[in-house]
Amino acid sequence: MSTPTYSPVKRCTMPSEIPADSVGYVEPQIAYFNEPLPLRSGRTLDSYQLVYETYGTLNAQRSNAILICHALSGHHHAAGYHQASDKKPGWWNECIGPGKAIDTNHYFVVSLNNLGGCHGSTGPISIDTSTGEPFGPEFPIMAVRDWVKSQARLADQLGIDCWQAVVGGSLGGMQAMRWSIDYPSRLKKCVIIAAAPKLTAQNIAFNEVARQAITSDPDFHAGYYFKHQTLPRKGLALARMLGHITYLSDDSMREKFGRDLATGKLNFNYEIEFEVESYLRYQGEQFSDTFDANTYLLMTKALDYYDPAADFDHDLSQCLSKSQCKFLVLSFSTDWRFAPVRSKEIVNALLRAQKPVSYLEIDAPQGHDAFLFPIPEYVSILQKFLAHPGEPDAH
Amino acid sequence: MRTDLQFISQWIKPGERILDMGCGDGAMLAYLIKHKSVTGYGMEIDTQKIITCVERGVDVIHQNLNDGLRYLDDASFDTVIMTQSLQQTTNPDKIINEMLRIGQRAIVTFPNFGHWSARLYLGLRGMMPMSKTLPLRWYNTPNIHLCTFKDFEILCQEQNINILKRTVVDHDHVETWKIKLWPNMLGAIAIYHIEKQEV
Repeated sequence: MSTPTYSPVKRCTMPSEIPADSVGYVEPQIAYFNEPLPLRSGRTLDSYQLVYETYGTLNAQRSNAILICHALSGHHHAAGYHQASDKKPGWWNECIGPGKAIDTNHYFVVSLNNLGGCHGSTGPISIDTSTGEPFGPEFPIMAVRDWVKSQARLADQLGIDCWQAVVGGSLGGMQAMRWSIDYPSRLKKCVIIAAAPKLTAQNIAFNEVARQAITSDPDFHAGYYFKHQTLPRKGLALARMLGHITYLSDDSMREKFGRDLATGKLNFNYEIEFEVESYLRYQGEQFSDTFDANTYLLMTKALDYYDPAADFDHDLSQCLSKSQCKFLVLSFSTDWRFAPVRSKEIVNALLRAQKPVSYLEIDAPQGHDAFLFPIPEYVSILQKFLAHPGEPDAH
Repeated sequence: MRTDLQFISQWIKPGERILDMGCGDGAMLAYLIKHKSVTGYGMEIDTQKIITCVERGVDVIHQNLNDGLRYLDDASFDTVIMTQSLQQTTNPDKIINEMLRIGQRAIVTFPNFGHWSARLYLGLRGMMPMSKTLPLRWYNTPNIHLCTFKDFEILCQEQNINILKRTVVDHDHVETWKIKLWPNMLGAIAIYHIEKQEV
């Protein structure tokens, strides 16, 4: 592989002045927990920490809090900037800020890094105090319900009995849905974006290829790469490249790269020739510099295992029957990783369970990635759903 | 308030479970929720109208009515409503039967193609009728299955559907004695309350 030369044209840079609709500089905080957390796998986390950020102000009734759940490679830094040298703001900066869809003038927004992550919450790169070494591959595999349980404990620590809303896209949407099942009285609204009630065989297959890419990297060393002072960079980059293809649509890739050649001509070798190759390698290598391979493996497993209806005879309506919140389900027309038809499965189950739900398929060319873009209809419906003061109708 | 809402509203009992197919901006559901304490959903295909529904707090599902409602259980609603959309569907007969499968009763409104002005237009000009309510040409109109009241009632008979009530009104949703006398000629819009016959 030659060195990637791709540099995105629209490279975001920290604006010289913080825009008025930005939450500005934010500082991550850490919550410590000493009560053991029993996990789906049967194992237990004796103590752990969660890194999180908050934007906006919690009101006196503690009733205006919104929880943001992150997706596969996300983290707690959802909005604003950490320092002036930041190249870009938090991952959902487009939707979180003063006057934005998730309006920090009105809401107190909480965004955390999930357990098993690699951005400050307890995970494979954390030191296991019993051995003095990183957990590495010995860190327990997390299930979505474990994350939600840990998020509920964070809510307890923050004094939030009931979220105004729990919001998430992709794997984050699955957490939002899990909240409505496991803690029905602790959220008023639930926003499930570009998600699915469970993965298909095709979804799991993509995850398995990503895992194989990582585990077959000679530098992986069965997950103990830190003991060998190395990282499975190639494998993680490959996993990310594969994932990235599934996050984009055929149309958006055609639009972005077409068959453009990096050097303007065919070279009849195996170096980078097409722009799309350059882009993918760049994305893969950027990612492998900042993300932990064991975390990536763990996150894909949490996705594969997610199937809340399994505990209810595979009846999703039954599974959602105890929920008390109002739902907004959103999908994107060109998303094929979690296609609109998958969101419709959630909607249909909610309809059959006679729960209050609204659904919109947003016409967008960006594929699965669309959930991170400020598409006007998307921003508008999200903003209006959150703003409506009505208590859920008795359905 | 839209005048057709008054007619529809009086056929709905307080607290009913409603599905409004082609609910537009949700005005009718919002009215029925407020005045009749109904619960339920709207279905709509237009994004901006869906956003307006959400803004009002009306639950709405993005759905093409032609795609079918198989995922909804039998008799899961008291009343299924469809106002001024039947003539735009691919299979009006199938839609009517679906409405009466998922709902105990249905309320349907549609424009009368047997209205004297349409007859006159076709008779004298020899062209597909156009009017204020049907402003588009034959090739670009969404109204692909226009019918007269008589056509609709024949369909009901063939499909074993009972007509519980029928109100025929003019373009301003006013019911006059002339219309009562000769509805299929003078009525512009009909509002039908229907149910499936017991087999």
